[in-house]
Amino acid sequence: MTWWRNISLSRQGTDRLVGGGLGLMAVISASVVFFILIFVCRGALPALREVGLTRLLTDGRWLPASSREPQYGVTAMLAGSLLVTAGAMLLATPLGLLSALFERFYAPRNLGRWYRRVLELLAGVPSVVFGLWGLMVLVPAINRWHPPGQSLLAATLILGLMVLPTLALTASAALESVPAAYFQAASALGMGRAATILGVALPAARTGIGGGALLAAARAIGETMAVVMVCGNIAQIPGSVFDPVRPVTSTIALEMGYATAAHRSVLFATALLLILMVAGPLGLAAFVKTQQKKRTVRHA
Amino acid sequence: MHKIPSYIPQPLLFSLTSIGIAATLLCSCGKKDETRQLILTGSSTCAPMVADMAKRFEESHPGTRIDVQSGGSSRGIADATSGLADIGMISRNLKEGEDLTPHRMAMDGVCVIVHQDNPVENLTKQQVIDIYTGKIENWKDVGGADKAIVVANKAEGRATLEVFLGYTGLDNADIQADIVVGENQQAIKTAAGNPNAISYVSIGEAAYEAEHGTPIKLIQADGLAPTTGAVANGSFPITRPLQLVTKGEATGLAKEFIDYATSEEVHDLVEKHLFVPAGN
Repeated sequence: MTWWRNISLSRQGTDRLVGGGLGLMAVISASVVFFILIFVCRGALPALREVGLTRLLTDGRWLPASSREPQYGVTAMLAGSLLVTAGAMLLATPLGLLSALFERFYAPRNLGRWYRRVLELLAGVPSVVFGLWGLMVLVPAINRWHPPGQSLLAATLILGLMVLPTLALTASAALESVPAAYFQAASALGMGRAATILGVALPAARTGIGGGALLAAARAIGETMAVVMVCGNIAQIPGSVFDPVRPVTSTIALEMGYATAAHRSVLFATALLLILMVAGPLGLAAFVKTQQKKRTVRHA
Repeated sequence: MHKIPSYIPQPLLFSLTSIGIAATLLCSCGKKDETRQLILTGSSTCAPMVADMAKRFEESHPGTRIDVQSGGSSRGIADATSGLADIGMISRNLKEGEDLTPHRMAMDGVCVIVHQDNPVENLTKQQVIDIYTGKIENWKDVGGADKAIVVANKAEGRATLEVFLGYTGLDNADIQADIVVGENQQAIKTAAGNPNAISYVSIGEAAYEAEHGTPIKLIQADGLAPTTGAVANGSFPITRPLQLVTKGEATGLAKEFIDYATSEEVHDLVEKHLFVPAGN
């Protein structure tokens, strides 16, 4: 890409102008994240100062507006977010990856194309529609089996469905970008289809698939509208998959518009914890990636 | 033109502006000197009705603009007190320490709802209390089928929750809920989708939904049917006023709008939303 800098156009200043403009856009996009972070921190500050992080993590229940004795235990909600996300990923990862393999390597070309269209359509369904479907169809079905219906299971199933297209489409794109030469080499070695997939395609597409999974997990943990309708919203550590849970996002969606004073600030603090929870794995992934790169460079 | 809440830091505003809000702000600022504007925030129960009133008020009073934003009664109280809104909307009585002037527009009741197929017709106050505190866990104990009761409660901060707590004399910490819901609509959908669920919502909204085919049933309280008539004559036990609140006495445009919203001219709008006009 560097050769662009040397062509004559740049001397006429057009490139400088365009480059400056694009840079400004990049700065705006990047700074939005920081402003949001500052905004959330400012909102959370009174809670962290007056209630304190220890109380947030050790209070047994979530009763922020109680006139008798307010309690601000958010541990159950953090656990709720993690459980729902883990469940959704457990469900969607094998499904997404296997369906991507089917679409790339086994499906007839036309069927594969149509399958992709269907997945893209699924990715475009608004989350509130998923929620409504969950509340009117899925929850009553689970309720007949094991009441109350609004449960960890319902939230996991809905979220799994929602992140499935993200996983399948990114995995498919990662598999598509494996160089054709790899497959030619595998053929030349006499490898079969299954062996090529396991030995060549999957290892080569590993980074892309992992990136897609992270994206899907981030979407799952931040998803609100669909989850709030089907999860039951009881702030507790669930004893079984049929018990209701309350992820952090649900709490914020349910209560933010109605909260005042300390209650409001505590909601900001939970939002901050959620951001840290999402940023943690993303940062870890970036760290692991650079470490890996260093190692490969050294070996080469 | 929109008032900017103080909790949004300046830098954030800057970035928002640069993304494109600037245009909107500039456009609306241009009109500032010609239009008289009023901002109302608060109760999501009041908001749809007040928005209808505002629309009619704007038509009959050219050169005025009434902004109605929903966000819960607590928000209405907070915004009216801080001056962020000219008028707050609340769907409950003022509490001690809330130093505002109330102006009553209408009355509403809160009633318990269940699924249409549930055979239970009536619950006494004590039965409701026992169900919500987990002492009664099966419908057969109150004359229903042998099914576990799924208790739906409202999220913290909602006026409906406060009215319900006021009626039952419970603290939210005493309530053993299976599900927590947000808006009235979510409570109605929960009862409609689950034959064993129990919930409570605004009578106006529940009656409207039941009339339009949603499979829910309004439960009698101590033998009294939850109807707008029972709310009107004051016999229904769980009622609440829908009010506009101002800091001190209302003046200028705010007074004009409050006089209008509490007058007979808007009774058809109050009834359209299945509430009961005040002073009836």
